[in-house]
Amino acid sequence: MHHIAKHVGKLLFTLVLGGFLAATLVRFAPGFGTDEAQIDFRLNNQSIDALRHTQESLGGFYLHYCERLLHGDFGMSRTLQRPVAELIEERMPETLKSVGWGLLLAWLTGLSLACIGVMSRSALFDTAAGIVCGALLCLPAAAVAVLFVLARAPERLVLGIVVLPQIYRYARNLLVRSLNQPHVLTARAKGLGTLRVLLWHVITPAAPQLLAVAGVSASLAFTAAIPTEALCDLPGIGQLAWKAAMGRDLYLLVTLTVLVTAVTLIANSTCELLGSIVGARQA
Amino acid sequence: MKWVRAAAIVFLLAIAGASLLANFVAPASYAHQFREEPDAAPSRRHLLGTDDLGRDRFSRLLYGTRVSLLLAPAAAFLASLLGILIGGLSGFFGGWLERIVMSATDLFLSLPWFFLLLTVRAILPLNVSPIISVTITFALLGCLGWAGAARMICADARSVRNSEFVLLARASGNSGLRLLWRHVVPNLRPIAIAQFWIAIPVFIITEANLGMLGLGISEPLPSWGSLLGELQSYTALTGQRSQFIPLILFVAVVGSFHLVLQSKEELRV
Repeated sequence: MHHIAKHVGKLLFTLVLGGFLAATLVRFAPGFGTDEAQIDFRLNNQSIDALRHTQESLGGFYLHYCERLLHGDFGMSRTLQRPVAELIEERMPETLKSVGWGLLLAWLTGLSLACIGVMSRSALFDTAAGIVCGALLCLPAAAVAVLFVLARAPERLVLGIVVLPQIYRYARNLLVRSLNQPHVLTARAKGLGTLRVLLWHVITPAAPQLLAVAGVSASLAFTAAIPTEALCDLPGIGQLAWKAAMGRDLYLLVTLTVLVTAVTLIANSTCELLGSIVGARQA
Repeated sequence: MKWVRAAAIVFLLAIAGASLLANFVAPASYAHQFREEPDAAPSRRHLLGTDDLGRDRFSRLLYGTRVSLLLAPAAAFLASLLGILIGGLSGFFGGWLERIVMSATDLFLSLPWFFLLLTVRAILPLNVSPIISVTITFALLGCLGWAGAARMICADARSVRNSEFVLLARASGNSGLRLLWRHVVPNLRPIAIAQFWIAIPVFIITEANLGMLGLGISEPLPSWGSLLGELQSYTALTGQRSQFIPLILFVAVVGSFHLVLQSKEELRV
């Protein structure tokens, strides 16, 4: 319970601090509060000042910003002229779908490759998997996305290909470390089958660390979603963030950053929490 | 695996040498347009052909490699320097300073950093001269990439602080600053150098991602990001296979950096 409270407290603190930084960025960004109406020659200085909201301090601005956030009002997108909340609601399912499929593919393939490599002890397989994953690790996510578009391959799998080498590398190292433990040798000597040894004596002890990697992989997938969605024309949050950056739509961009930070923090905290529960049970 | 490491180092040195000598090796300037030959196929005159604006691809590849290979280490140096300052000082002094700095570092590491990079890049002007865009891009990478290095260096500084030789130096009457400069900083050098090498391929890949999204270095100055971005206009009918050469070179260079790092780790083990 103490552990959960600590995680929730950390999450809330991060979000409050992140929100404050976001508000600061928006408030002090060049061009904040300017409007085309300000170049109307009929307006006097007082009217222009009123339009610019220059009287609002950072603290006041942040309070208003938080109040609006609590009411689900994320402001208006300057470039798309639509409420940010509406845009997020429209595009979030697409990103969650891409990230979900990508993570599923990456984990299934990465963990399977690591398990086969570790249990078969085949140097050839290990080297081949290492070279393929090493080459993928050298490719920027944007290049993978373009290659998928050129090859007319399903774009939803791009995130999986981007995250796969990281998962393979971490999972393999964890499983090798787990396999070298003395209890695995004892289990083998007692005549346990390969699958049983793998499931009960290799993967289970490494489960807390694997769960920690799962949290990190969610963050990696969201990061890779920007170039992937932008270049594969997938209408998700990543594409929206790219459009916002190109149009310097800071309200939208900052809200998206805070939102994705919250999602990745929740994923990380959940995985960390699950890992500590599994670890405590094992102990 | 020593020969693999040696081969990777030789390859990196050859690429770095060729790109540094781009002024002499390249057949044309990166911005020179051969207007009568847009989208030309590879030939003796243009080894990798020309792009859609008639610029020699081989020359652009050499100059682009120079930009990325010179500035990624510069950004990595900046990140490592910040890491030493932040992590080293907090680890050395310990107490509440270390707790606050490490909490801030954890917070920074938990942010999806490409989103953050995009946000900060968008705040700064997009339509700027190529030199300013190069400076902005790599300074941003350096300023936002310090957290990982700071965490590692802080842990190392903490163990040095608690070591016996530091205790002996304290007992001999060394002051805080002298102790830091003469005994702690030299012991942080190996970890700082390792963090520097780890950051280089990360920054090269990040710059390529930014460049391919049109948020990196401005035209006409080439970088790996803009060169890889040309693949977006590749078509089976009009495209040339030579357009893939920058991608192959990119993978080879980043892979060589990884091989050098991996071999270093193996040697340490």
